[in-house]
Amino acid sequence: MTAMPKFTRRSFLISSAAVGGGLALGLRLPPFGPAVVRAADGSPEITVWVVIRPDNTTVIRVVRAEMGQGTITGLAQLVAEELECNWNRVVIEYPTPGQSVARKRAWGEFSTGGSRGIRQSHEYVRKGGAAARMMLVQAAANEWKVPASECTASNSVITHKASKRSTTYGKVAEAAARLDQPKDVPLKDPKTWKVAGKPLKRLDTAKKVNGTMMYGSDLKLPGMLNAAIKDCPVFGGKVKSFDTAQVSSMRGVKKVVQVGDTAVAVIADTWWQAKTALDALQIVWDEGENAKVSSAGIAEELKAGLDAQQAFVGNQAGDAKGALAGAAKKIEAVYAYPFQNHACMEPMNATARYTPDRCEVWGPTQNGEGAFAAALAASGLPADKVDVHNTMLGGGFGRRGSYPNDYVSQAVLIAKQMPGTPVKMIWSREEDMAHGRYHPVMQCKLVGGLDASGNLAGLHMRLSGQSILAAVRPEVVQAQKGRDPLTFQGVADAGEHSFGYTVPNLLIDHAMRNTSVPPGFWRGVNINQNAVFIECFMDELAEAAGQDAVEFRRKLMAKHPRNLGVLNAVAEGIGWDKPAPKGVYRGVAQMKAFDSFVAAACEISVKDGNKVKVHRIVAATDPGYAVNPAQIERQVAGSFVYGLSALFFQECTVKDGRIEQTNFHQYNSMRIAQMPKVETILMPAGGTVWGGIGEPTICVAAPAVLNAFYRATGKRIRSVPLKNHGIELV
Amino acid sequence: MARLTINGKSHEVDVDPTTPLLWVIREQVGLTGTKYGCGVAQCGACTVHVNGLPMRSCQMPVSAVGDAKITTIEGLASGKVLHKVQKAWIDHDVPQCGYCQSGMIMAVAALLKAKPKPTDADIDASITNICRCGTFQQVRAAIHAAAKAA
Repeated sequence: MTAMPKFTRRSFLISSAAVGGGLALGLRLPPFGPAVVRAADGSPEITVWVVIRPDNTTVIRVVRAEMGQGTITGLAQLVAEELECNWNRVVIEYPTPGQSVARKRAWGEFSTGGSRGIRQSHEYVRKGGAAARMMLVQAAANEWKVPASECTASNSVITHKASKRSTTYGKVAEAAARLDQPKDVPLKDPKTWKVAGKPLKRLDTAKKVNGTMMYGSDLKLPGMLNAAIKDCPVFGGKVKSFDTAQVSSMRGVKKVVQVGDTAVAVIADTWWQAKTALDALQIVWDEGENAKVSSAGIAEELKAGLDAQQAFVGNQAGDAKGALAGAAKKIEAVYAYPFQNHACMEPMNATARYTPDRCEVWGPTQNGEGAFAAALAASGLPADKVDVHNTMLGGGFGRRGSYPNDYVSQAVLIAKQMPGTPVKMIWSREEDMAHGRYHPVMQCKLVGGLDASGNLAGLHMRLSGQSILAAVRPEVVQAQKGRDPLTFQGVADAGEHSFGYTVPNLLIDHAMRNTSVPPGFWRGVNINQNAVFIECFMDELAEAAGQDAVEFRRKLMAKHPRNLGVLNAVAEGIGWDKPAPKGVYRGVAQMKAFDSFVAAACEISVKDGNKVKVHRIVAATDPGYAVNPAQIERQVAGSFVYGLSALFFQECTVKDGRIEQTNFHQYNSMRIAQMPKVETILMPAGGTVWGGIGEPTICVAAPAVLNAFYRATGKRIRSVPLKNHGIELV
Repeated sequence: MARLTINGKSHEVDVDPTTPLLWVIREQVGLTGTKYGCGVAQCGACTVHVNGLPMRSCQMPVSAVGDAKITTIEGLASGKVLHKVQKAWIDHDVPQCGYCQSGMIMAVAALLKAKPKPTDADIDASITNICRCGTFQQVRAAIHAAAKAA
């Protein structure tokens, strides 16, 4: 695979002129060699991923978004590993989507979702580092008139041992930038890594402890105004009217504007003034048909889907219905998973400046190109007149990956009504709760059949509920004749989310029941509910078979050695074969997701039948390769905060077509007092496929704890969140 | 017109007296390290010190500040010398997205002032900030390290 994106530097001269004033400028230096592409400070670009400054600083380009998951550090480690540069002199730079488009997408995909940041760009960024190293070495060799093969590179220094000469990357960068890129770029064997694979410190910590890190909501531009926005609380509803006169004389207020058909914004000197005026503004909504939608109604529709004739098949083997009909013992259960909001710590926001000639956006996005698409559509300007500058994200979890970015569209539509003036739009927490892209709502009916020896002979898993892709990528669903393949994440017949059990007679299908509540990719996406459904039901089946829950699973995992590997690791780590301490109960769960294999085993105790203390969690992850073990540990531990907050506290309910929860007092999130001790077992098995880290572990948190809760209390809880059952996390 | 002392500097601000201290700090004074997370004193991202005590600034109207001394995350270090909590945060690579960490660090700095050697139970009782990334394991380790650093 040729991973380096191809572009001719000559053609870039033209397109960069069209973009104008950006990070890189083409400069043709006749008469020899290709033009040098320069960073904003004039330093030469060696490959699109590497700029070397004269002072020997290495600038590594990253286009995947940093939202806390450590991707900029990990990607930089991969480039630096191949580049052989001095890690202590590495800085990060974000190219913009506009620059990328002008260079025929030189930096590839910007989208940072699906735990793809590292696993789907590792090869081309490593090649970008390796090619740059080869060019720098070649430049030194040319200067010394020796073969490049006699030169070595380490720590940004190139050495020719025979002649005892050495030079730095900074000194040869200009010459290296004029060389053609090598076509054959071999990569190191990961076993020899010195920078990648090591638990290095993050590159972005210093600014996060002194208040200087610039998040989108911190942006300041000369002459900037601030906006607060309110979108119709009923999904699909519209603005009917609003009385500007009520608030136009309030302090600081500059303008009250309608945003598209559905929202109203107040623009003021400060955000607090804008928000205060917006709260005072009477807006009449045309709420439309969806005003009748309620959680109870949605639940009824989903319930009907559990036994509906029509359903899309996701995974099938043998004859499940026949096997169930002939089973010695039949077990049936219905589970349910609610809408949930991402609740990023930093509410949605974006800043835009619009003139008829240029539209620029600044803001936190998980998908620079999604923000770019939003800015293009909302501004109505061509691609060479639009750009988006990413800021640090105060959390993402999938919310900031909406395509196109909904909040970016709003910011541009607001700025268009104040041409020439930059306007920063920040959502209130209440707006953020009301207009999420929610975790899809789903119910599931599971029917399992055991033969006379207690083996699982047949399994039917019927999902009924919402499709994310039907809402956000309808063309994918159309191409599959109405089926949403993502619905089967973690239980699919093949691929990055394949089912970790072999059941001779299996049917996993989905009755699609969509709602007016917009769904989105919520960290882990569909593995969250699927893991609760299948991993709790596995425990139910094991109990019905009179077998140990781990042993029962093992018998179905002979063809899934890596699933089995992580399951065994957590069973051993938690001491599954030994009795738990008095009053302590255990549970396990496992799944393959985003091409990683994950499992968790937990120890809990329950007081008064409803106060749950999670003492300890052992979590195993096999992602194939581990680029930064320290950051992986943090992602894994953090996954339990996100996953257990969802299990215990989080549900968005719908009444009169709108979300009822408005803030953290009704949508709680775990605090430090409730944090269990998480022990991470990192067991990368290598191979050709790299797995993701940010999401997989989330899904095993809830079923492991639910299974332990059953052992502790004898109560099988089949719906989330536990607060609805009077169960607390202490 | 209100006069505020923030990080040892006096600021005159012309705002409606009901404006929350958080927004005065961010918008009039221009210090954006203190974050807005919920506006209802739930999440703690807006935590600052008011006369040395941790306070959720989103729920404190500027009229209630009087002549109290305000310290924000930007004023926690002594010049270029980081506060021991900031140092421990770097040593333990605590922040993930980092958005809640200004408030977290300010809450922890106040805790260590009140209880120089906090137990886990002390930490559980006094650190109630929300962190959606889930940095708590590192937060706890870093608090104990900062306490030892004395």
